[in-house]
Order: sequence, then C-alpha cells, then structure tokens
Amino acid sequence: MSRTDTSPEVQEQEAASAADRAAPHPLDENAVETCVQNALAAFDEAADLDQLKEARLAHTGEKSPIVLANRQIKDLAKDEKKDAGKLLGGARGRIQKALAVRTEVLEAEHAERILVEEAVDVTAAPRRHPLGARHPLTVLQERVCDVFVGMGWEIAEGPEVESEWFNFDALNFDPDHPAREMQDTFFVEPKDSHLVLRTHTSPVQVRSLLERELPVYVLCPGKTFRTDELDATHTPVFHQFEGLAVDKGLTMADLRGTLEHFARQMFGPEAAIRLRPSYFPFTEPSAEMDIWHPGATGGPQWIEWGGCGMVNPNVLRAAGVDPEVYTGFAFGMGVERTLMFRNDVSDMRDMIEGDVRFSQHFGMEV
Amino acid sequence: MRIPLSWLRELTQLPADATPEDLMADLVRVGLEEEDVHRPSDEISGPIVVGEVLEKTPEPQSNGKTINWCRVRVVPEDQEQALTGDGISPDGVQGVVCGAHNFEVGDKVVVTLPGAVLPGDFRISARKTYGHVSAGMIASVRELGIGEDHDGILVLSTLGLDPEIGSDALELLGLDDSAAEINVTPDRGYAFSMRGVAREYAHATGTSFTDPASTVEVRTDGTPGHEVLLEDEAPIYGVAGCDRFVARKVEDVDVDAPTPPWMAARLRLAGMRPISLPVDISNYVMWELGQPLHFYDAETLRGPIRVRRAQAGETLTTLDEKARQLHAEDLVIADDRGAIGIAGVMGGAETEVGEGTTSILIEAAHFDPVSVSRSKRRHKLPSEASKRNERGVDPLLPAVAAQRAVDLLVQLAGGTDTGEVTAVGAPRLPEPIALDPALPARVVGVDYTRDQVVATLEEIGAQVEDAGETLRVTPPSWRPDLTIPEALVEEIARLIGYDQIPSRLPVAPAGRGLTREQQRRRQVLSGMAAAGFTETLSYPFYSEEANTLFGRADEGELDMLRLANPIAAQHGTLRTTVLPGLLDTLRRNVSRGFADLALYEAGLVYLPGETVGSPSIPPLGARPGDDALAGLEAGIPRQPWHLAVAVAGSEPAPTPGQPGRVRDWADAVDAARTAAELLGVDLTVRQGHHQAFHPGRTAELVVDGAVVGHAGELHPKVAEGWDLPARTAVMELDLSALLAAAPEKVVAEQISTFPPSTQDVSLIVEESLPAGELQSTLASGAGELLEEIRLFDVYSGEGIEPGRKSLAYALRFRAEDRTLTAEEASEAREAAVALATTRHGAVQR
Repeated sequence: MSRTDTSPEVQEQEAASAADRAAPHPLDENAVETCVQNALAAFDEAADLDQLKEARLAHTGEKSPIVLANRQIKDLAKDEKKDAGKLLGGARGRIQKALAVRTEVLEAEHAERILVEEAVDVTAAPRRHPLGARHPLTVLQERVCDVFVGMGWEIAEGPEVESEWFNFDALNFDPDHPAREMQDTFFVEPKDSHLVLRTHTSPVQVRSLLERELPVYVLCPGKTFRTDELDATHTPVFHQFEGLAVDKGLTMADLRGTLEHFARQMFGPEAAIRLRPSYFPFTEPSAEMDIWHPGATGGPQWIEWGGCGMVNPNVLRAAGVDPEVYTGFAFGMGVERTLMFRNDVSDMRDMIEGDVRFSQHFGMEV
Repeated sequence: MRIPLSWLRELTQLPADATPEDLMADLVRVGLEEEDVHRPSDEISGPIVVGEVLEKTPEPQSNGKTINWCRVRVVPEDQEQALTGDGISPDGVQGVVCGAHNFEVGDKVVVTLPGAVLPGDFRISARKTYGHVSAGMIASVRELGIGEDHDGILVLSTLGLDPEIGSDALELLGLDDSAAEINVTPDRGYAFSMRGVAREYAHATGTSFTDPASTVEVRTDGTPGHEVLLEDEAPIYGVAGCDRFVARKVEDVDVDAPTPPWMAARLRLAGMRPISLPVDISNYVMWELGQPLHFYDAETLRGPIRVRRAQAGETLTTLDEKARQLHAEDLVIADDRGAIGIAGVMGGAETEVGEGTTSILIEAAHFDPVSVSRSKRRHKLPSEASKRNERGVDPLLPAVAAQRAVDLLVQLAGGTDTGEVTAVGAPRLPEPIALDPALPARVVGVDYTRDQVVATLEEIGAQVEDAGETLRVTPPSWRPDLTIPEALVEEIARLIGYDQIPSRLPVAPAGRGLTREQQRRRQVLSGMAAAGFTETLSYPFYSEEANTLFGRADEGELDMLRLANPIAAQHGTLRTTVLPGLLDTLRRNVSRGFADLALYEAGLVYLPGETVGSPSIPPLGARPGDDALAGLEAGIPRQPWHLAVAVAGSEPAPTPGQPGRVRDWADAVDAARTAAELLGVDLTVRQGHHQAFHPGRTAELVVDGAVVGHAGELHPKVAEGWDLPARTAVMELDLSALLAAAPEKVVAEQISTFPPSTQDVSLIVEESLPAGELQSTLASGAGELLEEIRLFDVYSGEGIEPGRKSLAYALRFRAEDRTLTAEEASEAREAAVALATTRHGAVQR
C-alpha cells in the first residue's frame, strides 16, 4: 500500500495515534516485549519498501509506543530510571536491527525487480550507423598490391590519358604492326595529339624505368580502356595489374617463381602456374599464363589468367636501360577476370553498373 | 585460323582418330592457342546415302502444286538392305514424295533416310503426305547445310560425281570432317596456312611432316610471260612495296566447272564460302600454302602490269563494287588504264574473273607488310589476303603457289598451262642473327646445351653456322619475325617446352611500402565506406552537356577532351567530373527499387591544359632525349583523383523506435568533412555557387584558401531533368588536392587536466550571415582559452525582428596551467561577442 501522496509528518502522526494508546510502562517488561514483537511482526509483514517505511514510522517514529515509553523514563524514580533505560534501550536496539535487516532484503528485491522490468527485446535492436561498402574491384587491387609490397615491391601508378609513345612505341609496338591495331584503342582528338586512353597498364612500366633507380620491382594497378562493347565478358573500361622486375640476372625461372608465389597467396598453397608460348611486342620470349585454381567452382582446373614474358630489349633501350647488363620480366592480369573466377562473378555487367547490392554483398572484404 | 583435320592429316602423322580437341591440346604447347571447334556432324547425322531415282510420277494436287512421287534405290540391286528401322524398306527401294522438279529418272541424289537428322534439328521419319507414305527425303544443298540454293535438290552429277548407290553421302560431301580453330599471334603469319600449322604440329608432337610447298613441281622451262614492272618510287622506310612478282597464264578455263566436294568441304570448314571454281582454287592455295593470290581475266588487261604508288586523284572500283579514292601511299597494281588493284589488299572490278572468262593471269607476289597494312586500314578492307600480307608472307612462295594454282586450274577447270612465266624482283630474305649459344640459358633459366640450341633452331628451318664464339643463325624465309637473338631464344624455349622452366623466387631490394599518398587514398576509400557510403564505379565517357553542367564552376568555358572514336557519339567526351557517372548509378539503383542511397566514387578526371598531346612521337627502341620526354609529359593532361558522393532517401532506414532521418544537403557537406577528417586536413565550408546546385544550398569546400570542391543539394531543375529523386544531395572534391594538404606528421597537443568552463552565447545577426562565418569570428575573438565552439541553435520568428536570426553557440574554455575563474571565462566570451559586434553588428539576445 503506497501513501506517497501524504507528507511524512502526517503519516507519522496517523501511525503513532494507535500506538500512543498502547504505550507501555517503561518498566513493564511484558508490555515492552509486546511492542518489540509488534514491531518485528510489522517489519516482516511489510512487502515492499513503502510498507516498510510505514511500519518504521509506526514502531520507531516520534509517536511510536516504544519512543513514548522512553520519554516516560524521565518521570521515574532515580533507581527505576536505570532499569527502564536498560530495558527500553535493548528493545529499541532489537527493533532497529530488525529494521535494518528487513530494509536490506527489500532493497535487494527492489533492485532486482527494476532489472527485470527494464528487459528489452535485443533482437529488435535497430542498426544505428549502417556501414557502406567498398567495390570489390578496388579492394581486390589493394589485396594484390599487398602481396607484392610484402615481397618488397613498390606500387607504381600513371596517367590514364597517355601519350602514344608510352602506350605503344616505348613498348616496341611498331606503328604499322597488326599488334598495335589489335589493341582496339580509344584515340583522343585531335589524332595528331598522339594521346590515347591507355590500353593496358604497361606504359607505367616504362615510366617506372625512366623515373626509378635500378633495380626496379614494381606493380602497376589501374584502369585501362579498349573499344569493346559492354557484354557479359567485355567492358570498354576495365582494370589491370601489371608487374615489372628489372635486375641483373633475372630469368624466366624468376618470372615463374614470382607468379607461383603470387598465385599461392591469392588462391591457396595448391595453386600452380602453367606457361604457354605466346606473343607480345614488349616481351621476348612471351607466354600466356594459366593458373591451377584449386577452389574453382566445378572443381580444380586450369584457368587462363594473363600474359607475361621477358622484357624485350627494345623496351629496356627505350627506357635507357642497357639490355646487355639488365634483364627483366613482366606480367599482366585483368582484375575483372580475376574477380570473376576467384569470387564466382558470372556477368561482368554486375561489376560496372553500380548496383549497390553488388558492392554491399562484398562489404569491406573481397 | 581453322584447320580441317582431313587436310592436316595429309601433311602430318595426325592419328586417324584424333579429334579437334586433341589437336588443339597439342598445338597449344607451341603457342597456338585453342579457340573453337567446328564439327558438322554435331548438326547432321545419317543414315544419309546416295540413291538413284527409279521412278518419278508427277501428281497434281488440289492446291495447284505438283508433287513427284518417286521410288529411289538406296541399296545396290544385288545387295540386301543392311539397315533396319521404322520406314526403312527391306528391298532397298524407298518411296519418297518430292516437291522439286530439277531431276530425272536415273539421276543420283542424296537421300536422307528415316532416322537421319539435318541441321536445325530436323529429324527425318516416314510420314503420310499427299496420299503416300514418304519414307525419307531427297535433299537440297541447303537442307544439308552446304549451300544456300534451295530451288532444287542436289543432283550429284552436277558436282561431277557418279558414286555408287548406297554409299555414305556424308563422307562423299566431306560432312564427316571437322576443324580445330586456333588463335594465331600477330607475329606468326606463317601459321595462317596448313603448311605452317603442319610444321608446328610436328614441333609439338615430335613427328614428321610434309611441306606442301616441297611437293609442287615448279615449271622451269617457261617462256616469257605478261610483262610486269616493279616501279615503286616512294618506298616506305626504304622498303620496296613489292620485291617479288610471279605471273602465270592459264587458258581454256571453264569457270563454270563445279568445285569438287572435297575442296568445297574443306573451304567451308576453313570458314570460307565456296563461290566459283577459280575463286575457290585461289582460296584453297592460300589456305594450303599461306600465299594470297589474285586472278585476273587476262583478256581484260591492257599493256604491261606496273606495281607502283597511286597517283594523285587516282580512283579504283574494287571487287566489292565500291569506288575508292586512292592515296599516294597506296601501292597499286596498274595497267595502261590505271590502277586495277590495291596491292595485297583487294583487286579491281574491271579485271575480275567472271562469267565468260576463259583466260586467267595468276598473280603471286610478295608485298611490304607495312604498305599493305596501311592501305588496309586506310580503306578499311580487312581480308584473308591482307591479314597474311601484313604479317609477312614467305617471299620464296610466289613461284610455288602460282604453280599450284596452275596445276589445280588444269586439273579441275579444264585449263591449259600456256607455259608463260613472269618472275621479277629479288625478294629480301631474313638477315642472319649472331646468337651467343649461352643466351637462351641466361634468359630462360634452363641449362640448354649448345647442341640443343643448334638442333632446335635447325628444326624450325633455320640455317645455323658456327662463327667462333657465336652462332650465325639464318632464319627460314617464312619467319620474318625472327630479327633479334631473344626471338631465337623463344623458339628454343617453346620447342623444348615451357614446362621445363624451373621456379625461383627473386629477392627484391628492401621496399618502401605504399607511398603516403597511396596509404591516404586507401584511408579515405575505406573510411567513406565505414561512414555509410557504398562505393560504385562508372564509365568516364560523358556527353559534353554533362561535363559542362557538373564540371568546374566559375571557370568560364570548360575545356574537356574528346574521343576520336567513342563507343557512342553522345558520350564522346572524357569526364572532368565524377558526378554525372555517379548520378547515373544513383538513378539506376532507384529504378531497381532502392530509395535510401549513399554512394561514392573515386577516380581520375581529365583536365586538359594549354597543350594537348605532342605533335610527334619519338621512334621505337631508343631512349628519347630529356627534351623529347619533357615534351611528351607537357602534353599529357592533368589527371587528379576526384571523390564524389551522392545521397537520397533516409539514413538509416526507419526501424522501431528510430525513425529514418531524411538525407539532405547537410549530409553532402558532412561527407566532405568526413573525407577531410580521414586525412587530418582542415576543411573550411563556406557559402558557394555552382550551376548544377541549388543556389541557396551550395557549399564551397576550401582547403588552404583554395576551392577544392562543392557540396549541397542539386538544383531542383537538374534533379528533375536527370530523373533523380527530389532533394538529391551531392559532393565532389579534388581528392588529390586533399591528399596533398594532409599533414606529413601530426604534432601532439598538450592535454590540460584542469577543469573546463562552459559558457553559452546567443547572438542576433542579419539573416544572410552564414553561421560558419560568425563562428570563425567568435573563435578568433575568444582567443587561446577557447577549446571548442559548437552551434547548438538557430532561431528566427517571434521575438526576433524580420530579416534577422538568432544563433546560439556553446563555448568551452580551458587553460593549460590553471583552473579558470568564472571571470576569465566571461572575459573571453565578452571578447568574442565584441568582435562579432564589430564585424557583423551582432547583438546579444
């Protein structure tokens, strides 16, 4: 029963009025004991802190029987005062102790009940700050870069609108050779500006050799362009990463070793590399590389991954490197293609249309 | 390049049961990549046999048509029908209804028996029609998938055939053959021939082969033939346009003679449509040997043939009936009337072999690949001939190929070799290469022995002589691509096998890791994603209008790069801003049912400067001088990274107890601040203007006093015109500028442990005064004790006179060395207010 609408003073008076009549004589042991028992019983009966407060006021307040009895002591004879003081002091002590015990119990119960009442449905928790997502093509490029940085290589970048000299001539593409035409190049107007959208990341090879001190070990990731129409397996704008190492004494064995290490970092310890003869103007000998993809959907298999070879002496010369002293190897792969077979993307259009579901499915990972 | 297996089998030891897949698996080892399989038997299957028409009874029908009820013998008279099945007549004579009329009793025809399947999954069965049971079909070339003509059925005698009744028609017509298609890299023109592929097959399998050029007996007793003059007065790079020209003349040719089925079948499998016997022969020889030929109607030639550069204003109508304006660099074949062909690319219509031709002049020549390549590109005439000529044809082939064509014309077209032989010019052969025999091992990493090196080079047809320290290697005439020692190294590596190359991991010198810029860029890109934006990518090809609308503001006429050959004309310029692509992406997502979007894209934009490109470019194979390199660099447009953001809808989406907050202009401004904070860059936001933005809701983003971008709400008209959600907000900034402004290192600030003193201030100012400006003033007025200032309320309305507003700021003061007194804090606050009053006429509320 809650009486919180009434002031403590009023409560005290009301509670005391009943007890007043029952105020025992300070030397009446039985009557005092009854008071104590009444108080103890009232405390026990109090079911919550409010009831306990009522009981406390009734049995320990200013108008409570025991306090009133205590006040009568002063009117007693001198020798009686001592006995009465002892009797009532003991009684009040027992009452206070019982009150303290009961208070502790009820306070503990109260605290517990609040925790129960405050329970929530945690499954209904709202998402306060939903994360966005990275595009897997950019994350995959970072992953590739990290593998090579771990090998001591550096990451080189270059312009996307590039001089024809860097994109072709420096890479030993003869202006009249069919290989140049096969690159399906976007030309920038006017045509005699000799600017193109780079058809591969290879021009960064030449830039790196011109700008850096030998030996050079660089990986060049970035956007590349060919005049293909967009379909499930082609896109006019795509990404490549290209590796270049120029040092003394490098051979095709170093090329294979590098590719194998890289393949294992990306596809697990069972990945392997297979080289097949091919042709690129900027490498001689040249090779196509296949990767043994142990986790491919449909079972482990060889998958065509990219091109590679030993840097053609003409490319080294174009960058002012003496091919009699230095040899080098280079390789290049498509990021889209890698994402397709690594992460089972079946349609290239998903990568470039910007549907948020595509990026959000990957989140911050790839 | 498609390789009919029956053809290759004539030249090599290709096993009888080898499939195209087997062949491709062998060829890929020597660098001829697999491309496709062509197998007619996937489309057509028997029983399809030769039959003889025994009876042909015309039966007029009520619908006006007349059908023929035929009885056709499909088993020789003295033999039993070995086939059984529904509709197969045991006596070997099938009853067949036929709608065509172009045959007679006694003709041999192709009969598709019940159970056969024709191209298009056309299944043959016995069926009732026109009152008969028609148990099969008499086939036309179209039904068999070997021609277009469907006016009548195929009468075998028209192909010059008289096969035995009951024989397998699929075999007879070459439909049991198949072809492998391989990808030939542009250096190896010789592999565009059965001759070259046979050689490579032998290399790949270690078996022997027959060079088809070696089995042709070239006539040596000829008499002088049609006069041919090589008159190139303007060689390209000093190389004569034609250094070998062989002409042969064949008379009495029957141009209407049928192409034998085996030849037609091989050409079809090779991907060439049979046209007429002379054309088919010239294509066949080209496929076999790799030498493109041209046949002239000899009667139409006027005077000697001259091989020269085209003259100014000269024109030519080519075989495809197109009149072409020739270029002074075009090498042409000419006679007295002028050009009659573009050398190595396409012949002229006037001298074409056609109906009524009886006398043919065969041209087999060796042309400069560069000249052919340029003419082909100039006139956009890619062809099987130009493909071979621009890669370089064996210069010793013309006489052989011409002889082969003569032989076939005599054998198949009833021709007579006149014995007239013209052979002019001295072809340039590959130059010898000095090869250090240790080089292959040094480049490849396999310890090839000197003997291996010599033997391998001899296997590819090279002549190898000992020249002391080095080997003198003369490549074979068909390998013009072998010009440097490293090319020989590749030959050795590929013949001995790339699978022999060991694996070794080279150790790079200690690297410096990612550059600071690369690290910072990553930080921004992942930070934006963590802040709730989703990264997308778009194409940088825009309309001019899009670039102009969203590009740099207030810079007058925008310059942008244009593509000479865009994929779509309306997207012919290169982006100067990332926004249009990002907004296209936003719209696509909205159309796919997403309303709550926060997107970002980072990428290069292309900002042309005063110089665009460079007028000339340095040659191959040598380092250009520093000036030349600087010239190239100067012409390359500036290409900074840009970061753009577009938002629409709510953030986050509404959930119980959490209504979604509608994204607006402030989210765009916040995105810019996020990017700047990710880099530790001080970004100032001030009121700005941009033609694509809401005029009252545009922020200018400033770093170190320079405008680096804009943020705000799109102009309502732009949002509407671009079909975007109303109130779409965007931000774009020059990320490269932001990256450059990032601190090299951060200097620590002393942390004061003394208690702060907080004071609020409300000021009434003109409505037009930006809150950011007032805040800066308060901050500078408050002095060094100010630790933080934050706008917490903006109010106008009751109690504030019209045209003015109240801005309330919370100021937190703290000293480094003492507990501030209330007086000190109030003093600083008053100083801030005083400056605001002086500068902006601010009044305390």
